[in-house]
Amino acid sequence: MTKLTQWLWGLALLGSAWAALTMGALGLELPFPCQEVLWPLPAYLLVSAGCYALGTVGYRVATFHDCEDAARELQSQILEARADLARRGLRF
Amino acid sequence: MASPGASRGASAATAAAASPRPPQGRSSRRDKYSVLLPTYNERENLPLIVWLLVKSFSESSINYEIIIIDDGSPDGTREVAEQLEKIYGPDRIVSRRRHSFLCGGTAYIHGIKHATGNYVIIMDADLSHHPKFIPEFIRKQKEGNFDIVSGTRYKGNGGVYGWDLKRKIISRGANFITQILLRPGASDLTGSFRLYRKEVLQKLIEKCVSKGYVFQMEMIVRARQLNYTIGEVPISFVDRVYGESKLGGNEIVSFLKGLLTLFATT
Repeated sequence: MTKLTQWLWGLALLGSAWAALTMGALGLELPFPCQEVLWPLPAYLLVSAGCYALGTVGYRVATFHDCEDAARELQSQILEARADLARRGLRF
Repeated sequence: MASPGASRGASAATAAAASPRPPQGRSSRRDKYSVLLPTYNERENLPLIVWLLVKSFSESSINYEIIIIDDGSPDGTREVAEQLEKIYGPDRIVSRRRHSFLCGGTAYIHGIKHATGNYVIIMDADLSHHPKFIPEFIRKQKEGNFDIVSGTRYKGNGGVYGWDLKRKIISRGANFITQILLRPGASDLTGSFRLYRKEVLQKLIEKCVSKGYVFQMEMIVRARQLNYTIGEVPISFVDRVYGESKLGGNEIVSFLKGLLTLFATT
């Protein structure tokens, strides 16, 4: 099963469960407070997912490690390399 | 048929067939690591990356060879490669060319034919990947008997130098979407600094169809499908090229297209 079909299945399952419960299709009479929460649940979950995504990406960007040392080390190694290679006969 | 590790003086021209080996930890004296370096217009950087590779391998007493596959660069990269072959010897440097500029896996297909090692390392030739991490890859591979070890910029003390805020946001954003959609089990999918068992790389290249960034992603996704094990090592990525070639709209679009294709087909 591809990732796409997994997602479609998952959404279909949850979507139909939600629809069934909110429309009362199964003949279940849910208490009003439950229905109040259930009805906007998809929209609420979508917004929460969006916030989670923004928060996570924001956190990861903020903690993205900057390798200053690596760049400096590379620069000095480049000089060392050029000198050594010239000694070994490389014509740049 | 050349057996891996035994042929230090093997002529570079013999195409080494892959001899299957049991995936157990074995003595490092019999392991040989082939580095595949596809190059295009890397006349300046090629000698430097080779020097750094030779230094890292020699310091750790690792048996190695470096295979340079040039895509017909017009700037004289090929001549530099040949000079390096003379300086370090043909059993350490193998230089080959291809006659057309093709992306993705085709450079690796070409290069792997000449590899006499039992492990293959792929990396960029523009000095963004530092060879000092290769002994760490090797250690990690032995530790977990992994089929693949991938360098990651996103975990541990991995990181990047030379990226502005916009680039970082795009990078993390793209990686986040990729993780959600593909759940790949590896933190850095577009990275191209990896160690593979040779037979694993051969198998994966056969199966992959995409090019560029997406090819690297596809390799990991296919590896998971085939139940190969993947280890990770944090690396630092020193981007000296970004200043010249900003990440354009085109690249982002083709990345998204590739991502959605993988999402829908794997």
